[in-house]
Amino acid sequence: MTQPKDFGFDADAALLRDTARQFLLDQLPTEALHRLVASDHDPHRAPTNNWNPALWRQIVELGWTTVAVPETAGGAGLPLVALAALAEEVGRAALPSPFLATAAATLVLRQCQGAGTRDLLGEIAAGRTATLAITPRSGAWETAACDLYLDNGKLHGSAWYVQDAAKAEVLIAKAAHRDGLALVAVPVTAAGVELVPDSILDLTRDQAHVHFHGVAVDTAQILAAPGAGAATLDAAWPGVLTLVAADLCGAGEWLLQTTAEYARTREQFGRTIGFFQAIKHPLVNLMIQLDHARSLTYNAACALDHEPERAPALARMAKAAAADAGAFGASRAIQFHGGIGFTWECAVHLYTKRQKHNQILYGDASYQRARLAELLFGV
Amino acid sequence: MSDQAKQDRPEQAEFRAQCRAWLAANPLPEPPVRLPQSAIEIMHTAQLEYLRDWQRQAYEAGMVGCDYPVASGGAGRRDCQLIANQEMQRAGRPFLPNILGLGMAAPTIQIHGNDFQRENLLPRLFSCADIWCQGFSEPGAGSDLANVQTRAERYGDGWRITGHKVWTSLAHFADWMILLARSDRAHKYEGMTYFVVPIKANLGKTVTVRPLIKITGETGFNEVFFDGLEIPDHYRVGEIGQGWEVAQTTLLHERGAGPWVTPSSGRGGDPERNIADAWGLLELARRSPRAGRTAADDPVLRDRIMQLIIRQEGSRQGARRARVPALCDHPQRIPLQAKLVMSEIRQDVCALAMELQGAAGTLSIGDANAPEGGEWALGYLNSYGVTIAAGTNEIQRNILGERVLGLAKSK
Repeated sequence: MTQPKDFGFDADAALLRDTARQFLLDQLPTEALHRLVASDHDPHRAPTNNWNPALWRQIVELGWTTVAVPETAGGAGLPLVALAALAEEVGRAALPSPFLATAAATLVLRQCQGAGTRDLLGEIAAGRTATLAITPRSGAWETAACDLYLDNGKLHGSAWYVQDAAKAEVLIAKAAHRDGLALVAVPVTAAGVELVPDSILDLTRDQAHVHFHGVAVDTAQILAAPGAGAATLDAAWPGVLTLVAADLCGAGEWLLQTTAEYARTREQFGRTIGFFQAIKHPLVNLMIQLDHARSLTYNAACALDHEPERAPALARMAKAAAADAGAFGASRAIQFHGGIGFTWECAVHLYTKRQKHNQILYGDASYQRARLAELLFGV
Repeated sequence: MSDQAKQDRPEQAEFRAQCRAWLAANPLPEPPVRLPQSAIEIMHTAQLEYLRDWQRQAYEAGMVGCDYPVASGGAGRRDCQLIANQEMQRAGRPFLPNILGLGMAAPTIQIHGNDFQRENLLPRLFSCADIWCQGFSEPGAGSDLANVQTRAERYGDGWRITGHKVWTSLAHFADWMILLARSDRAHKYEGMTYFVVPIKANLGKTVTVRPLIKITGETGFNEVFFDGLEIPDHYRVGEIGQGWEVAQTTLLHERGAGPWVTPSSGRGGDPERNIADAWGLLELARRSPRAGRTAADDPVLRDRIMQLIIRQEGSRQGARRARVPALCDHPQRIPLQAKLVMSEIRQDVCALAMELQGAAGTLSIGDANAPEGGEWALGYLNSYGVTIAAGTNEIQRNILGERVLGLAKSK
């Protein structure tokens, strides 16, 4: 299969993206974001989960949760490049929401065969929130790594680094069974589910680890049968990586534009500081890195629809490039804002922390390149 | 490549089929000598004549300048040059030698020139009957190009040119030059005028071409002295005092960011060998010994190879994205990065290739034991030509920072 030249980014996708950008600019300008998530600066504060559920209900109304849900399951079934473009806008606004976690869950569900899959996808399209519970305590990102066990219809063990867990209604949990890995849908309200919030750097999301104390699972909750879970998750994985890459690109662009604006206005030595090449050239280097990351992200997103056999390598490329660009942009944004950039009142730290989180999430740049090398060298 | 054909319009698809058929039916004879890595490294007449013959054939087959109007020697097509380029590359054809004419003189003359220039100069440029060179840089006008001092003085109805140009690739073969000269000393930017000037016809008279030798030991660029060369006024391109604006069109195309697609067909050196392409590092690493295993087993080198492949693919996907306006925030943002990014990736790829080779990385072009005949090492040295030419990459960063990010100007 081959990709369309325009990445499949059609007029519907452009309208969705443009509407989303304006909506977030109107509804969550940077000052409002700061008020929403940064009211408590105490480094020892209890874990937080600051978000705006009313805004999320509007987002559901706008149809963002339908984008990746196939039409047969009640969604809009748009090309995945549209989902990537949407994730980019979410990153640009540093939106605290269940969008990313739910979209990742959606991408996994698209690969599932279990009887309840279609209904759950339909519920997600209608606004039900979900998140992946697939990572062990060690933080290993590999599919096989698992601290949760399915035995005699009951879940025992734990899942860690669960994204936006406090905003999610359903956990898509990976569990080890004697016949192999399974994927299971578990409502967070189910008996025996214990959610423990983490204290995290990023103020624009929440994270938790989840203990499962003999949580009963019936067959309707099995999304991928024991033995089918690994292949299902692997098939979805390029999409999940692409989603995080897109968020990194959007937030990275905010950092670039915000820092460029500061460099256009802040004066020292009788000139705006953007005149000096010690500022100008690194900002251009950041722009180049971001453009590479963005182009690779669209390429990977397009591959999900049109060249799935190439998607694993292309998504690794996108996440690696976006993680590096994200880290570089975050660092330069603080540095070039000078003293004000080191303060809590300057919004740059909100984005820097989100970038750090996404940089690490599901494997940083060197992790992605190591996996890419295995794909390209064959060993 | 069926990739590229997939979304052709009907007339493009028909043209692609024509190109493909012609290329299949007209194989090129083996070159009589080793070809250089690019047009600006052409040293010998035998290299030039072989490549010149190829460009003439490609022009006659309708693959060079095909989007230009018929009156300018083109075929009056629309959006077909890129297709011709893809098909010539697919067929493994060597590069077109008249690169400075095709890439810079032709679009500048088409946009700013007069009918005389378009009708008389462009057909011979496309067919490679005339070789072109570029007279912009001077000893005192490098990064600060607007400091050109070569004088253009009124002389009867025409102009008299006196001065000194440097880094002039292909001048030793050139029939014509695009020239940026100073017509008014009182104004820096508004005091320049743009001309086309005949070089070869005036050699030994009012024009002297002296070769410069590059760090590779190759010749191919020159300095050019004008000692009162007289030209008629219809050799002027654009208005008097508008030379800087006209030169921006040339530079935009030189940086790969202009509206006219440059006809181009392939690479030099040994066409069988994947030089200066990051993907070529995979195979090189597999057969390069390293600490008892191969370079492909070394995690640090694997990481560095992946970094370069990712950058190169990022740049290629960027070129694709630049043609999708809905996915670009600023129309010039990606095009203005093209030469900077391409040249730095090429430099880093060649440097890493030499490192992967270990001890064999010491061997230079022509050594019987050098990996790929030493082309990687030669490519590494030549890569500096590209990071410096067309405005150094430092100047490119200024341009990007100023035009795209709106930062304060350096001048």
